[in-house]
Amino acid sequence: MTAIDVNIEAVEPRGTKPKKVLSNRNIMVYGVLIVAAIYYLIPLYVMIMTSVKGMPEIRMGNIFSPPVEITFEPWVKAWAHACTGLNCDGLSRGFWNSVMITVPSTIISILIASVNGYALANWKFKGANVFFTILIFGAFIPYQVLIYPIVLLLSQIGLYTKLAGLVIVHTVFGMPILTLLFRNYFISLPEELFKAARVDGAAFWGIFIKIMLPMSLPIFVVAIILQVTGIWNDFLFGVIYTKPANYPITVQLNNIVNSVQGVKEYNVNMAATMLTAIVPLVVYFVSGKLFVRGIAAGAVKG
Amino acid sequence: MNKSIEVKDLDLAFGSVKVLKKLNIDIFEGEFLVLLGPSGCGKSTLLNCLAGLLDITDGQIFIDGKNVTWAEPKDRGIGMVFQSYALYPQMTVKGNLSFGLKNQKVSKEEIAKRIAYAADILQIEDLLDRKPAALSGGQRQRVAIGRALVREANVFLFDEPLSNLDAKLRAELRVELKRLHNRLGNTMVYVTHDQIEALTLADRIAIMRSGIIQQLDDPHTIYNKPTNLFVAGFIGSPSMNFLKGEITDGGKAFKFGNTTMSLDGYDGGKLTDGTAILGVRPEYTTVDTTGIAGKTLEAVVDLDEPMGSDSLLWLTAEGQAMSVRIKAEDIVDKKTVVHLKFDMTKASLFDVNTEQRI
Repeated sequence: MTAIDVNIEAVEPRGTKPKKVLSNRNIMVYGVLIVAAIYYLIPLYVMIMTSVKGMPEIRMGNIFSPPVEITFEPWVKAWAHACTGLNCDGLSRGFWNSVMITVPSTIISILIASVNGYALANWKFKGANVFFTILIFGAFIPYQVLIYPIVLLLSQIGLYTKLAGLVIVHTVFGMPILTLLFRNYFISLPEELFKAARVDGAAFWGIFIKIMLPMSLPIFVVAIILQVTGIWNDFLFGVIYTKPANYPITVQLNNIVNSVQGVKEYNVNMAATMLTAIVPLVVYFVSGKLFVRGIAAGAVKG
Repeated sequence: MNKSIEVKDLDLAFGSVKVLKKLNIDIFEGEFLVLLGPSGCGKSTLLNCLAGLLDITDGQIFIDGKNVTWAEPKDRGIGMVFQSYALYPQMTVKGNLSFGLKNQKVSKEEIAKRIAYAADILQIEDLLDRKPAALSGGQRQRVAIGRALVREANVFLFDEPLSNLDAKLRAELRVELKRLHNRLGNTMVYVTHDQIEALTLADRIAIMRSGIIQQLDDPHTIYNKPTNLFVAGFIGSPSMNFLKGEITDGGKAFKFGNTTMSLDGYDGGKLTDGTAILGVRPEYTTVDTTGIAGKTLEAVVDLDEPMGSDSLLWLTAEGQAMSVRIKAEDIVDKKTVVHLKFDMTKASLFDVNTEQRI
């Protein structure tokens, strides 16, 4: 009998099975996670470091080294003084434009889509399936096809280049995916609740507001995240349907970064990019947990 | 007796699929009617039609003499209890009970009075301020019944209300439901696939299959005189034994294999010679160690299943498996040959072609 045999017999299996810390599985899982995290975090690190360095330090070329002398001058400049064309009031104007575009677009599109989804899920009206199919089909029409017709449409009703026009465009384009999201969520809620509420005498709005809405926080959070980040990050519609005074922050960022006059101010560009990215970042950090729960709630029944 | 619910020529189709076909049923005031059938037979669908939760394709529904065919659920004077309880999760028990009344614009004092009344009957006074998530299954179902109770409806509709509970609780709530019905005396329509619930609760049972009511009778008749082969096989556990043989001797005897049994005392229509199916319940069969060759059915014991109060004996006779219920203390060894005698007063004969009881 060898020593190893003795060892195995000595420890009689009992209770929780011991787990090896460095199992193949753990190495694989944590290895991939760490590599992925580094892959995404390094650019962020470089951006933040560059944005707080002065230009002379940047010219030395060592992009990974931390700043010798920390300066917030580039952030202030990006926010308030950076020039796009003739305007030199920085990103702030674009920031407030984006807020004025994102807030109403998000609220209006979610209000309409949630009622749409509820009606499609619970009130089987005539033609509901046709309506739903058309809506889903709408999600697959390439934007390019619609750009010019919408320009004509908006100028007809006098909203072309206005913020309100862009709000309408975002609301309409968000509709298919949001309706689908809400419909699938409401369909996953027990049908008997809806029936019970009907027997209890609640009507269309009564059931929606008193029964369905209080149960739908997770899916509203998902919808808000999708819309806020989607609309905030939008570039195409912003550049097409507005004029320079109404440009959203993304378009303005592009104009700052791509301006061809003078020296390239990398620190200002990085700071401007960070400022643009702050809203989606905050949304993700604040609501990350709710987001995951909402996505899961949409997928799993009960 | 006054009719509480009247269903006339009810048709319901989802597209080309006909779920209910020309269905007629009258339910009397104060009656406890159970709709029983296998899944997909249309029993829940019928209940939803009565409640007004499904639009019917054709026919009429009357509740308390009023034509409610086009009426909204809330205007039909019904209360409904669902299998999954369907309590509003964000509201307290009190909120759940009062939701319907608030929608009806009932006064606050009246709501408080009715809730107190329902809570007293169902013994849920202590639970009024809790949310449904903090209740057990049985308590939830009580609240769900309470929600129907406060509506002061004349008709209660139950959609498999006990199916989500464990066996012990189910038996308890079953008795409570029966007490509740005795106390309130209103019409109750109860959907279930559990035949014990049906037999114990019902004044009358409607057995359904593929959208058609097969038999509508009191439990005793359903059990002892099933109108056709389907009802006979559906009701009773273990199932009725079916022996395919021949009626001979001018309707006086039944020949199964090599055995010719006397049909003395058969309670049914006039018998004519020819092929037929004899249905005998396991509990109306006696097992003897001795018998008369050719007159009593010889069978070999395969196994027995002790059930506590009695035992179930599985046997093979003339190549066919059968079951017989015997007293728990009667122990019969495997492989023994026994003789079976059937109580013909409790047996049923079915036509081979129409499957109807003769």
